[in-house]
Amino acid sequence: MLKILKYSFYDLIRSRWSYVYFLFYLALGFVLLFLNNDVSKAVITLMNVIIVLIPLIGTIFGVMYYYNSREFTELLLAQPIKRSSIFMGQYFGVAGSLTMSLVLGLGIPFLLYGLLRSNAIFDFSLLLVTGAFLTFIFVGLSFVIAISNENKIKGFGYAVLLWLFLAVVYDGLFLMSLIIFEEYPLDTFSLVATALNPIDLSRILILLKLDISALLGYTGAIFRKFFGTDLGFLVSMAILFLWTLLPILSLRYKAKRKDF
Amino acid sequence: MIFNNPHHKYILGLIMLLLGPLVWAKTWTICPTCEHSSIKETIQQANAHDTLLIQKGTYREFEILVDRPLVIKGIDYPIIDGEKKGEIFRVQSDGVTLDGLFIINVGVSYTKDNAAIRVIRSKNFLIQNMVLEQLFFGIYLEKSSHGKVYHNRIIGEAVDEYNSGNGIQLWYSSDVEVSKNHVQGTRDGIYLEFSDQITITDNVSRDNLRYGLHFMFSDHDVYTHNTFENNGAGVAVMFSKFITMKKNTFRKNWGTAAYGMLLKEINDAEISENTFEENTIGINIEGSNRIKYTDNDFVGNGWAIRVIGACYTNSFKGNNFLYNSFDISYNSKLNDNVFEGNFWSSYTGYDLDKDGTGDVPYRPVKLFSYVVNRTPETIVLLRSLFMDIIDFSERVSPVFTPDNLKDAQPLMKIRS
Repeated sequence: MLKILKYSFYDLIRSRWSYVYFLFYLALGFVLLFLNNDVSKAVITLMNVIIVLIPLIGTIFGVMYYYNSREFTELLLAQPIKRSSIFMGQYFGVAGSLTMSLVLGLGIPFLLYGLLRSNAIFDFSLLLVTGAFLTFIFVGLSFVIAISNENKIKGFGYAVLLWLFLAVVYDGLFLMSLIIFEEYPLDTFSLVATALNPIDLSRILILLKLDISALLGYTGAIFRKFFGTDLGFLVSMAILFLWTLLPILSLRYKAKRKDF
Repeated sequence: MIFNNPHHKYILGLIMLLLGPLVWAKTWTICPTCEHSSIKETIQQANAHDTLLIQKGTYREFEILVDRPLVIKGIDYPIIDGEKKGEIFRVQSDGVTLDGLFIINVGVSYTKDNAAIRVIRSKNFLIQNMVLEQLFFGIYLEKSSHGKVYHNRIIGEAVDEYNSGNGIQLWYSSDVEVSKNHVQGTRDGIYLEFSDQITITDNVSRDNLRYGLHFMFSDHDVYTHNTFENNGAGVAVMFSKFITMKKNTFRKNWGTAAYGMLLKEINDAEISENTFEENTIGINIEGSNRIKYTDNDFVGNGWAIRVIGACYTNSFKGNNFLYNSFDISYNSKLNDNVFEGNFWSSYTGYDLDKDGTGDVPYRPVKLFSYVVNRTPETIVLLRSLFMDIIDFSERVSPVFTPDNLKDAQPLMKIRS
């Protein structure tokens, strides 16, 4: 598995896309800091970018990579190598290189602008950790979609739809249901609904650091307990971790049974 | 001869009169092993304008009545232990000075407001350098005026509102200066009721159960340079007129009903150069008119300003709104308040004519804040892409937010 991981990783590093992705974040980081000159405000803007763009790029990249390397995958399958290690290797190669682009691309400008001297460092590292989680989750989901669909167009369509659903539509439905059922106690529901969407979950995780004063404005014992203590942070981190495991496990399951 | 001149006689008489208290004033020393070991008894023996020096030691006394103008001064903080039996000092005379005592164990009562120091119908008092601990009420001024409460330290251990008292309470008092005090762990840090012309400066009021500072029916008061931090509900100014609030800091008042400042039925006040930092609600305004908000900084609050209703002719000018989750929240479609020349960190306009103000007006009220007012649970959707899209469309064509609620001249650069 490590060999395949290495191969995928270097393959991507050599390809243009990794550089483009890396340069995009580098430019984004520099522009944000140049325009704001304030690390803490840039962190807020970055959050919006991270929770929207990272899933999108992860999804598209994952699907693209899977379909592009299909022939190579078939070649590998003919060799005496375990199936799971082929797919896991590819998956970790893609997710790893994307994460590296993200961390380096955003880390370099922030380091140059004096992140270490600012007290936003914790917020910033949380942002990067969440970004890494989201990359792993969405690359995994896209691999699962790609492996279940032979048709490239269909696979792409489903993957983009998945992103659209989780990034926008889900929140719309969530809001509607909150407003329709506003007569009922909704705090447990809203927390559970948040946990069921990795994008919402990472948003909440970052909000816990950035907007805690607003989140504490709502009267509700469960909210208070969740947002007012470290419990919220720990629970969201744990669920995010589960969210990462979910596509990996289903990818393994699918890969084992698929007939090439 | 000097005495032949009648004017000189008057002058001499005047000098005698002025010196009189000094010349005949006696100094009494009190210590646990001295001839005078009881504060209460010594006060009864002392004449007006005498000085009582209390040496270091522990004095188990309570209900000490000061009924003549005396200077009572502690040396090295003698401990006056009330043993939770009742009130400790009761001042009922003009011109009393209390200085440098360490008062502990005020009796908690459900029928009487026992205080460590109570001043009743007195003038020209001075209470300074006191340390009060394990108290019920701290310093209670009742129908008193022209005094000074200076540099005291009041540390309570209040747990419940019903059996705790206020740090410094002014009731029907006027012309009092309260400055450089530190109050923490009481119910209300500083509480004013029916008290006019009070000046409150340089105090620190923190970790109190309810309000750091609380005004009720008190007019023409000034409070400046104070710090209010982590109080149960922040600072409340209610039913008062002509209050000046300047250069205060309101920090970290977090909770469901916590405010940096709560204004209710306040008219003609002036709020300027204050800093509101990381409060759940920076200022909560209800039924307040003709208030000028100028040059304040609102940094990282949940809601910088929340307007509940019936607020007319207020003006917000030259304030900085930095990284608040919501800048302004309204619950009605009417607006009679003016927003002009503020800096908004979420302003995205441009300044083509280079006059320092943006060319596109800024609309500080988000649609999302209406949604949150209606269904508070929706706060979990804060900063989601869906909400941003909706807010954007509302900003382009306002439907729910007041049409004229906008800052037509938002500053491009932060006001420093």
